[in-house]
Amino acid sequence: MATSQIKGLAGALFLLLGMALCANTASAQAQNTCLDCHGALDPPLQVTAEQFASDIHAQKGLTCAGCHGGDPTKADTDAMSKAAGFRGKVQRSQIPELCGHCHSDGAYMRQYNPSLRTDQLAQYKTSVHGQRLAHGDTKVAVCIDCHGVHGLRPASDARSKVNPLNVAETCSRCHSNAEYMKEYKIPTDQFADYSKSVHHEAMVIRGDLSAPTCTTCHGNHGAAPPGVGSVKNVCATCHVFQSQMFDKSSHKAAFQAAGLPGCVVCHSNHDVKHPSDVMLGTGPGSVCVRCHTPGDRCDRATTAIHADLTRLKDAIQETDGVLAVAESSGMEVSESRLGQDQARDSLTKARVTIHSFRKELVDQDIQAGLKINATDLQAGNNALRERTYRRVGLGISVLAILIVLLGLRAYLRLIEQNPKSESHVES
Amino acid sequence: MQSQDSPAAGPPRRRIVEVLLGGGLLASFASFFYPVLRYLIPPRVVDLGGDAVVAAKVGELRPNGSKIFRFGSRPGLLVMTSEGEYRALSAVCTHLSCTVQYRSDLHEIWCACHNGLYDLNGRNISGPPPRPLEAFHVHVRGDEIVVSRVREA
Amino acid sequence: MSLLAGARDWLDERFHWAELIAPLKKKTVPLHKLSPWYFLGGITLFLFMIQVCTGILLLLYYRPGANESFESVQYIMTRVQFGWLVRSIHSYAANLMILTAFAHMFSVVFLRAYRKPRELTWVSGMLLLFLAMGFGFSGYLLPWNTLAFFATKVGTEIAGQVPLIGHGIMVFLRGGEDVTGATVTRFFGFHVAVLPLLTTLLVLVHLALVQYFGMSVPPGVEARWKASPAEARQMKFFPNFFLRELMAWYIALGVLGALAAILPWDLGTKADPFASAPAGIRPEWYFMFMFQTLKEIPAKVWFLDGEVVGILVFGAAGALWLLLPFFDPLARGRGRKFIMGAAIFALSYIIAMTLYGYKPN
Repeated sequence: MATSQIKGLAGALFLLLGMALCANTASAQAQNTCLDCHGALDPPLQVTAEQFASDIHAQKGLTCAGCHGGDPTKADTDAMSKAAGFRGKVQRSQIPELCGHCHSDGAYMRQYNPSLRTDQLAQYKTSVHGQRLAHGDTKVAVCIDCHGVHGLRPASDARSKVNPLNVAETCSRCHSNAEYMKEYKIPTDQFADYSKSVHHEAMVIRGDLSAPTCTTCHGNHGAAPPGVGSVKNVCATCHVFQSQMFDKSSHKAAFQAAGLPGCVVCHSNHDVKHPSDVMLGTGPGSVCVRCHTPGDRCDRATTAIHADLTRLKDAIQETDGVLAVAESSGMEVSESRLGQDQARDSLTKARVTIHSFRKELVDQDIQAGLKINATDLQAGNNALRERTYRRVGLGISVLAILIVLLGLRAYLRLIEQNPKSESHVES
Repeated sequence: MQSQDSPAAGPPRRRIVEVLLGGGLLASFASFFYPVLRYLIPPRVVDLGGDAVVAAKVGELRPNGSKIFRFGSRPGLLVMTSEGEYRALSAVCTHLSCTVQYRSDLHEIWCACHNGLYDLNGRNISGPPPRPLEAFHVHVRGDEIVVSRVREA
Repeated sequence: MSLLAGARDWLDERFHWAELIAPLKKKTVPLHKLSPWYFLGGITLFLFMIQVCTGILLLLYYRPGANESFESVQYIMTRVQFGWLVRSIHSYAANLMILTAFAHMFSVVFLRAYRKPRELTWVSGMLLLFLAMGFGFSGYLLPWNTLAFFATKVGTEIAGQVPLIGHGIMVFLRGGEDVTGATVTRFFGFHVAVLPLLTTLLVLVHLALVQYFGMSVPPGVEARWKASPAEARQMKFFPNFFLRELMAWYIALGVLGALAAILPWDLGTKADPFASAPAGIRPEWYFMFMFQTLKEIPAKVWFLDGEVVGILVFGAAGALWLLLPFFDPLARGRGRKFIMGAAIFALSYIIAMTLYGYKPN
């Protein structure tokens, strides 16, 4: 062969080698020819390489064939070979089983992420979604509706649809759609309500990932509304003190007898607002009057509790005002400020103790708070007295200074009246 | 220069001015030196600074007991374990800043607000708290239990 | 015989007291329309003496160190009797002293008092001004609060931008790579030992020179008095001028006391090196014009870093300003006008940039 021909052949070989290498590195660890065509198609058949690259399954080395079957090494439609097990689009009713094929296999999942749970499918089967699916309803949520499918991210990724910050919105895609939910005859205002709640504020605005979202109370894979009797248990996971007090109170038996769902009666389930003192007594915001008659024994008790809480709150506010004045005049009151924090803690505790529905227990906390507050008020008034003392002292020394100034002026005038005191010196 | 010797020599006006000036100077010096003299007297509370504080006296706590004490401008928690060791931690919960307490039944530190739990080293082990509690040094000095911040440069 | 006369005789027999103080008795101050400007030097000295006294008192209770500085200042403000007064006076007088020092310096420029033979008086005075600003910078960190911490961080970082030796200077100032407790200890040493020593020496030199050469008279007045000597008027220093100075000093005391009692100096919050800088970090007002200038310079000037250019410009300006009296004889007529123009520009620039730095945005 001539030198030029050899060069040409070598060049072609290099090119082919390069392409082969590139092709290898381009498709992660596994070759995935499906994307070659499906990346260029229109939706709903479109799955681009970028989309798939963000998928956790793809990153772990799974190809399209892992769920859809077929041969990902063949080009064109040869890849969709029935012989290689190609099944095309998976039926909605078969999706949970398909995912569960791997995700319920503990030994298999251990190879990828040993700490992942493997009971999702079993849980799903107990959920409302799972049970309805078993009865042929394909409108309910299956795995891919919440988790996504071709660009699936782990729940810890903030962009994932099942990350705690995004869960409520994901659920609302169906549950707030009145048209879609028409035949189920359940409310569709939960997300709207939740968005007004203090839990939503904690999660989304304060960024507290420990705040509850839909799945916290309803479960995620085994999603179902908690039974009337178990609502309290759900709230009690975080709100332990209130729950313990409620258990020992008169209202527990009463609610049980009336078939009332515990905490939800006064606090609502989805739009849980920040509770306020007006929920007591007989005012417009009162929840007690829903059951109790105005003027009866219980009503009198709640009105008294309300009055006590207001008293403590006002006392704390008054002391805070005094401390603020003292502080802005330069007095040091940080110890009293700390005391006020404890007084506020007492107020919070008193509000928690309401759930015992016993006035004498609430009184204990109120008295403790009032005592601390009184000490701080005393300190604040002392600071104001010190402030006055300083200004009086200032006044005295300024007076002395003024006398000196006047005296100096008079003295100078005296000694300079006499012309002899100013000597004229030739410059 | 005017003579400054005998007061009777000068006119009465001069006398008034001299008295005024002298009195004013005396008064002003007094108003300057009075605070300085009071300043030089050490205050009764010999503060150890926000660096260290006497949290309790020996014998005040029983094994598996605890005490809340003031450290700087925040509360601290002093715990005596069942083995008789002292632990001191910040009592400010790292979730929403409630004051934590020692649970002698659990041998752990608990936050009543949202059921957060910490172990005796301050590590957050359960519930919403995202970070451990700040730990302090404890040492016994005579009959005083002194809690101090972990030293930095 | 009165006590005073007795004491005088006792001293005279041993130290020739009368001879010693004779020159002071003869000391006079020129009297003309611009004489009131002569007060500024004395007031600056008085404020320095107040700083020394209040500073020594603060030394009795202050402790330097990351875990002690803030707490000891808090202790002084809240537990020590009249601690709030001593500390607040120290802080206010510091600012007032730097203000009067600047005013004194500019009055000397505009009254052309730096001319021959007073060149070294000017140089010693400028060095004293630099020392005063050093006092301000080092003292500001000592309470170890958030504002001070970040102002020091930014300030030393800017110092670190000087070409070649900048990093070395920064490490020397900070006592390490970062601002830590070691920086407080170091600044404390500068503030209570190094700077006072240098300042005392320079003040003695400065006063000796002032005493030696007497008070300078502005050129216009000088010419007038040369033409008609009968118009020249002097005032005796003791007691006339001094008593007037005393009035000014007493007024300053009154102002300081009022400020301390009605607007005690802020304690701030304890510095946390790991927290992020709060919004609105800025240096003390006497550094503001430099700080603001550096902020306005674009990031890159030609091929140099904007900050480096700023530092070099200020360094050069400072050096030229220090050597001002030596340019004076070279400048005639137009040159003199140029110096005056430069001085007016410098003063206006400093005032404008300082005000601009405090503009809310």
